[in-house]
Amino acid sequence: MKDIFEILEQNARATPEQISTMVDKPVKEVEKIIKQAEKDGTIVKYKAIINWPKLGKEDVWALIEVRVAPQRGVGFDAIAERIYQFPEVYSAYLVSGTYDLAILVRGKNMQEIASFVAEKLSPLEQVQSTVTHFLLKRYKESGETFDIPKETNRRLPITP
Amino acid sequence: MLNTKSTATKACDNLISQKVATLPPSGIRKFFDLLSSMEDVISLSIGEPDFVTPWHIREAGIYSLEKGYTMYTSNSGMPELRQELARYLELHYGVSYNPEHEFLVTTGSSEALDLALRAIINPGDEVIIPNPCYVAYPADIILAGGKPILIPTNEENSFAVRATDIEARITKQTKAILIGYPANPTGAVMPKREADAIAELAKKHDLLVISDEIYARLVYGVEHICFPSLPGMKERTILISGFSKSHAMTGWRIGYVAAERRLIQALTKIHQYTMLCAPIMAQMAAIEALRNGDGEVEKMVQEYNRRRRLMVKRLNELGLHCFEPKGAFYAFPSIQATGMNSEEFAEKLLLEEKVAVVPGTAFGPCGEGFVRCCYATSLSNIEEALRRIDRFVRKSRPNTA
Repeated sequence: MKDIFEILEQNARATPEQISTMVDKPVKEVEKIIKQAEKDGTIVKYKAIINWPKLGKEDVWALIEVRVAPQRGVGFDAIAERIYQFPEVYSAYLVSGTYDLAILVRGKNMQEIASFVAEKLSPLEQVQSTVTHFLLKRYKESGETFDIPKETNRRLPITP
Repeated sequence: MLNTKSTATKACDNLISQKVATLPPSGIRKFFDLLSSMEDVISLSIGEPDFVTPWHIREAGIYSLEKGYTMYTSNSGMPELRQELARYLELHYGVSYNPEHEFLVTTGSSEALDLALRAIINPGDEVIIPNPCYVAYPADIILAGGKPILIPTNEENSFAVRATDIEARITKQTKAILIGYPANPTGAVMPKREADAIAELAKKHDLLVISDEIYARLVYGVEHICFPSLPGMKERTILISGFSKSHAMTGWRIGYVAAERRLIQALTKIHQYTMLCAPIMAQMAAIEALRNGDGEVEKMVQEYNRRRRLMVKRLNELGLHCFEPKGAFYAFPSIQATGMNSEEFAEKLLLEEKVAVVPGTAFGPCGEGFVRCCYATSLSNIEEALRRIDRFVRKSRPNTA
């Protein structure tokens, strides 16, 4: 069963037929497992990783360290939710160390991110401080690297 | 001017040893030239992993260069590497070798095979090999002055050589049995009962067994039988292996031999006068591979297994009967249903559909009627290649519709 999800995590477009062959299970069973996983939220969504700079469209990204005051009864979860509900927030994590929340924010330009921080994030009552790091280059995302030639090209076309 | 040149060519021809002059070139080579001239070919003929060496191993190689490890090592290989090898073989196959004097680290398992044959063969000695087999086996035996004795294997026996067939060809000249399982080009593995029977033969007829286990880690749903782990076989087996296939390290050229002390001494004699030692950075990388490489190996094996299932199922579906290969990364389908011979099939498939497979005959006469398809390539390549093969097979099928 774990196999099916590993394959989908690598390639969301793998068909139930292909997966069934690869894991040696009937197609019907694979379909059922996938359907169930989609329903119960094991599979959250199918998305593509896009190399945007290739299309000449480059969003601005920032990694923001946020120190917050946890609240009685709900800990960090309530304030985290207040923050991650903003559509500008691409990812959000609670982390150990010198700050509490690490959030990845995406905007059309620096102004957009600056105003998000100044007008939405910082004014929140529980937010004590923020440190904004603008991303300069994406090397690897979700396990995939950008602009690296495929290694298969380097192999000779035929070897013993 | 022209004259001198042709005289020189003739002189060169005469100067080349007869053994080499008469040695047939690898059947793969011929195909290579045709392939190199073409574009957009999907190649199922690459006999090496499509993975790059795992990063932690590459990093260890880089570190060794950074730190200035650029010198010779001892002939038999770095002591740390031999210790790791001993631990690794004990852990995976329960066979114990003494790291002090029962290993020789070589420049790939190819060197290991050459050394093993040269160390044991007297002129005219016979070495038994199953066929089809890896292209270097018969050639290396001939170069070492021996005579290869080919034992046919077939699909009915899942291309595993049978002890009874071997015994029928044992003569006074027989020196050794050379086996390589999991096998290139068939993907066959050696069943336990045949391995036991071959071990008995070796003892009965006082023969050595050279066991090339380069694909040992690439097995699917079966356990690899490490030949020296069979009772009484450690003393008469020369175990050959390396890192190329298991750890995707083909270009590093690093392999090893494990055998009884006197055999290792014999091999080391040749090694010390020819290769001296394996490259030190490759040895350092190999140490890292043995210490921390198992996780990556398992990931790659899992990936190969998925591709294997896909390829074998699809080949059978499109009418190219393919027995289930349980090792290495090759499928060896029969193409007899197409009415073509192996070379014809491979050549036409390449020219008409731009898919490269290796004709079975490149691996000896018993490969006729088969082609080797390597699934060490991406799933999307495999799928596209099979679509093209399907079209090709349907197009070329005699008009029965």
